[in-house]
Parts: sequence; structure tokens; C-alpha cells
Amino acid sequence: MAEMRPPIESGVPDPFQYMHPAMRRNYGQWKWHDRPRPGVLHHVAESGDEVWSVRAGTQRQMDLYTIRKLCDIGDAYGEGYVHFTIRSNIEYILTDKNKVAPLIEKLQAEGFPVGGTGNSVTMIAHTQGWLHCDIPGTDASGVVKALMDELHAEFVREEMPNRVHITTSCCQINCGGQGDIAINIQHTKPPKINHDLVANVCERPTVVARCPVAAIRPAMVNGKPSLEVDEKKCICCGACYPPCPPMQINDPEHSKLSIWVGGKNSNARGKPQFHKLVAAGIPNNPPRWPEAAAIVKKILQVYKKDAKDWERLADWVERIGWPRFFELTELPFTKFHIDNWRGARESLNASTHIRF
Amino acid sequence: MHDTPMLDQLEGGPWPSFITGLKRLAKDNDMMVDLLGQLEHSYETRKGFWKGGTVGVFGYGGGIIPRFSEVASKFPDSAEFHTLRIQPPAGMHYSTDLLRQMCDVWEKHGSGLVAFHGQSGDIMFQGIRTDKVQAAFDEFNEMGFDLGGAGPAVRTSMSCIGHARCEQSCYDTARAHRDIVNTFLDDMHRPALPYKFKFKFSGCPNDCMNSVQRADMAVIGTWRDDMQVDQAEVKAFVASKGRQYVVDNVLTRCPTKCLSLNDDNTLAVDNRNCVRCMHCINVMTKALKPGNDRGVTVLIGGKRTLKIGDLFGTVVVPFMKLESQEDMDSLREIAQNTIDFFAENALEHERTGEMIDRIGLVNFLEGIGLEVDPHMIEYPRISSYVRMDGWDEEAAKWNERKAG
Repeated sequence: MAEMRPPIESGVPDPFQYMHPAMRRNYGQWKWHDRPRPGVLHHVAESGDEVWSVRAGTQRQMDLYTIRKLCDIGDAYGEGYVHFTIRSNIEYILTDKNKVAPLIEKLQAEGFPVGGTGNSVTMIAHTQGWLHCDIPGTDASGVVKALMDELHAEFVREEMPNRVHITTSCCQINCGGQGDIAINIQHTKPPKINHDLVANVCERPTVVARCPVAAIRPAMVNGKPSLEVDEKKCICCGACYPPCPPMQINDPEHSKLSIWVGGKNSNARGKPQFHKLVAAGIPNNPPRWPEAAAIVKKILQVYKKDAKDWERLADWVERIGWPRFFELTELPFTKFHIDNWRGARESLNASTHIRF
Repeated sequence: MHDTPMLDQLEGGPWPSFITGLKRLAKDNDMMVDLLGQLEHSYETRKGFWKGGTVGVFGYGGGIIPRFSEVASKFPDSAEFHTLRIQPPAGMHYSTDLLRQMCDVWEKHGSGLVAFHGQSGDIMFQGIRTDKVQAAFDEFNEMGFDLGGAGPAVRTSMSCIGHARCEQSCYDTARAHRDIVNTFLDDMHRPALPYKFKFKFSGCPNDCMNSVQRADMAVIGTWRDDMQVDQAEVKAFVASKGRQYVVDNVLTRCPTKCLSLNDDNTLAVDNRNCVRCMHCINVMTKALKPGNDRGVTVLIGGKRTLKIGDLFGTVVVPFMKLESQEDMDSLREIAQNTIDFFAENALEHERTGEMIDRIGLVNFLEGIGLEVDPHMIEYPRISSYVRMDGWDEEAAKWNERKAG
């Protein structure tokens, strides 16, 4: 056997070598910032140095020609240094104010929307979906592309009451995280089990242990060791599917989309919050998912109109109350909105605080 | 090329199209031709067709996400489409030179498809055959880049832009990110924990890395002295926005009602009751800043849905300085104790938050050697169903700590 090269366990690379010199120079010495226009941040250091960051949206799943194009733009119109935000936006770092306008013009001409700062709807955080995941109920990049086409105008402006973070998740593990609005897969039928494969593919005790509601138990089916699901207990979460692919949870018809609102991780004003269910049963309808997009747009439209300045979606609902939220968005309120998971009683109204 | 009538509909519209990018790659790369074919097949059938497997590089047990196609007979050139998870520079800074070098490596060995970045923070180089994985990794590794985490391991971490460009940053997030994560590379590259373990580093309570909901150990910047107020800038803000705007959007939004606008349009702050929420600082970016005595709050146990439901991280260290090497060593010790305790006590596939939920916060704190503190709770116990025969000893401990 040929000599194998041992890895260099270098871990997280030192960012200083790739950082704009003005950021290196003023590291930890920044004084204030403002936003001269949507898509541009302006930071001023104690030293008097200034940097402008021009933020543009990308498709996240980028081909290397797109990356090289972004580099060409960065070399010709920028200063050769960029930063990616957590939501896959690219930021060009400039010390020359005169470069801001031509850079924006070039980015827009090449099809990269400039925005995503301040009170905008920024890029949607997303997962891998059909493109690369082993357990996806839907696509991720496609849903995001379709939605961002619809929300483009709100990305390039800063006209929402506060920032809007949208997330998508293509299974109920919900890698997409928490959001002001989250669009997530919600399965509605128990897994379909291929009993011929279970014994060879699945470590059965692991699968039994994975179920959040103890609905899975070992069983002999057609003379073979397999697993069975108590379908009355099953919550159709799909947790058994990753450790046991023969327990297929994804269903072209019955894996639906659901929409959740009011998640926020910032501590600003109120404490961080999880998002809450507002709509479900939405068809998983590629290639453009129009039914999900319509609900997201409706929620955004009502929020934009009714919320006060600086209210995140969660702050707004807290002020107006959930009954009014359902009234304004015209979404049906159902028995499924009332939580029955552990700790659910804390989500019930234990008071006479009622708006009429 | 396969016909892709559904994917073609994702080429129109104003947002950059990943489909256009995939098609451009497919011109020179047969793997991408079949990848597009399989993706169209998923769009038609509404099903995914990837399965996992075992692919790795010499010396490591994780970091490659293996993907084998279940429909390889139809789409043979994308039968193997693995991902390399590569850890980005802390704070996600890149020179265009670096990005070009990465593209060149990926053009040579892989599909040419890259995601900046995955939800855990990795650069995801997506689409490579098994036999090319080692060569691609070797080149990235020689450039100074290393694989990230996958499976039951310490995972790739994220830190905000922090000191590099933010006046609100309360500690050196990039340094902490590197110091902590690079301590646990063995636990990252050789998965042997009960389940994944994530660190995230946010410079202030705005928590731009979303650490409180996603990290087993969230390190969030804060300060304990008075916030900095530039009264001349406060007056300028009031003059430009008007008193009503300031009352409605700054004062009344303070969660603990500790702001007041003086008659001369300066700001009075009740710093003892300020909970460092950041709202007023976010609104008045020129006039207000965190204080000078800065440090971090550490929260443990955040995670998403699987298995017992979403959990926030909760406070285990209300405040610690994070400036000197000794400070950093203390944080590393807390991290090490936490991971050791997690490794020994968590059930298989149980995250830290679920473990704490199962055993109780006090058992966890005793396990990692931290003292109880009222900042850790929203409110004290409600239920009287608890055995408290050690009360006097516990009260004595508190009094001793208070005196010391």
C-alpha cells in the first residue's frame, strides 16, 4: 500500500491573513456605525478609519464560475476582501467611499441584489434538501430561490418594521433553525416500513430508542425480525427514518409544509423566543411552491402594515395577541395550534387577559 | 443533458439562480449533468434519492458526508456525490485570492459546486467521487484548511464578525472560537461522543450566530459596568428624530424600564436594572455602546427539535472576563469539563440540553464543578415536592461564597 499522507490537524484557520487590512488595523477598536443606504454598512473606528461594507445576496449553492465572478467584481470594483454573513450574503469591504456606488451598480448589473441589511427581509437560511440530503422531505435551494424571487423587493429595501429572518427546513429535524418565519416540512402519515430490509439495515434497539413517543417496538413480520409502529401513538416526526431508511417517512402527497412565526435569537427587547405554528397542510409543490409563498407574503404584508417601528414579528404578535394575528392574516385557527407536548400548559392562557 | 422542465422554472426571477449555476457546471462536467437529472427526478417524484455510507480521509473518522445515489442506474455519473465539510476562517473572512484557490482545487477534483456556508458553518464542497476525496482534502489541508465535524462529534463552529468590524463586540470572538474549537480537534475528527456538540460565539446579546437556540455551548458577549453614552450624540439623535420617536422607539421599548429622557434631551440610564438587551444600542448606534468592563455569558444546552423538542441554552456562567490567557484557560476548562461530563453521562443520541433536562441542572453543575447562582433561573422552584434536609449546609455554602 502506498504511503498515506497524515492530516495536518490545523483546525480553525486564523482569519487575520484573509481580513481586509483596515479591519486588521482597527481590530477591537470600532466606534460606531450607520447604514447610509440599504445594503451598505458604514463603520468608523476610534482611529478615524472608515470602512463601507456592501452586502449582496447569493444563491448560497454556488458554482465556481459564480464565485470567480464575485471575485472578479471584488478585484475590479472592490479591494479584494470579502466576508460572508451567516445567511450566505457576501459583503465587500471597502475603505474608499467612492467605490461604493460603482460596486453596487456592477453587482446589480451582474444579477446580485444589493440589500439584506437593517429592516429588510434578508436571505433565507436553508438546508440541503433533495440536492444533497439523505432524508429530505422537500428541496431547500429551490424553495429559497422561489421565495426570494417573490421577496426580492423587500431584500433591496429597508421598509419592514424590523429585520425579518426566514428559515426553511426540509425535514422535522429542522436544521434551518428558528426564524421570524419558518417554512418546515411536516409529515402527516406514519412511516411505511419495508419489512424485508429492516433486519439487515437497521440497528433495531437504536431505532426503538430514537422514537420521541415510544411508538416503535421490535416485531417478527413474515418470519423476519423487524419493527412495528403503534400508529395511534405515532406523531409522524420521522425521527426513526435516519437510523432506519426502510422506515420511509417522506411521502409525495402527505409530507406537507407548515409555517411557524415569531422565533428570534436576539435578546433585544424581550428574551429569545421559539417560533410558533400558524399554518400547516400546505402542499409540497415544486418547482415554485406557490401556496407556501402566498402565506409567507400575506403574513409579511400584514406585519409590515400593522407592526410598529422596531417590533420584530414576535414583538408585534405579543402586542396585538394571537387572536388578532389569525384575524389579520386570515389563517384558520385549529385544534392543532394548541400544544400538547411536554410543558404545554405554560402555553395556555391562565388569566382573564383577553382582547375584545 | 437531461430535460429539466421543472428546474428550468427556477432560472427566471430576480434572485440569483442555483440552477443556472448547476447548468453552467454541467457544460464541462458529466457529474453535474446527471446531478441535474437526479434533481429533476426528485422534483417530479417529490422524493430524495441519496443514501449515506462510509467515506473518509486517512487519519480522520469524520468530516466527509458520503452520498450515494439510489437511482445511479439512471444517473451513473453522479452515483457518488460526497461533500467535504471544510472549516472556514473564524468570522468567515476571505480574500478573493483564497476563494480563487479554493475554486481551482474544486474544479480539479470535484463538481465545482460550493455552499458558503452550511448551517453549522462549514464551507461545503459538494459533489466528489470517493476516489478523489483524499486528493482534494490533501490540497485544502496543505492550504491551511481542515475538515469540520460530522456525526457524534464536536462540530464546526461559527463566530460573528466581532472585533473585526463591530463596535458592539464585547470579546474577541475569533480568538475564542479558535482557542476553544482547536482544543477539541480530536473530538471533532474522531467522532466518539454520545451525539453532536456545538459551540457558537456571538460578540454581544444580539447573538448574530443564533447560539442560544443552536449551540450546546453558547458564548455570548456582555458587559457589567455602565453602558457608554455620548450625550452630545444623544442630543443630536433627539434633534433629528424628535422626542416622540425617542420615547416610542427607545425608552418604552426598554424591557426593564431603565431609560429616561431628561428635559435637556440627554439620556438617564438606570444601569443596575439594565439587562443588556441591546435594543437602545441598536437604535442609537452613534450615541450608545456597551460598557468597558466586557466579558461573556455562557449558556449550555441549546438545540433544535430532535428528540424532546426545541431547547434554549441556559445560563451556567453569568459573567466571566475573556481577555487574558488565564481567562481563556478558564473557559477552556469549563468546555473540557462539559464535554467530559457529556461523554460519560449522556445517553446515545442525546444532546447536552436533553441530558440536563433528564438529570436536572444541579446535577450537571455539580458534575462540571460550577456553583449555583440565581442568574441561572427565571424564578425559583414552584413545587414543594422536594427533599431539602441539607438546607443548612447549602445556605452556609452560599454565605461562605458571598463572604469570600
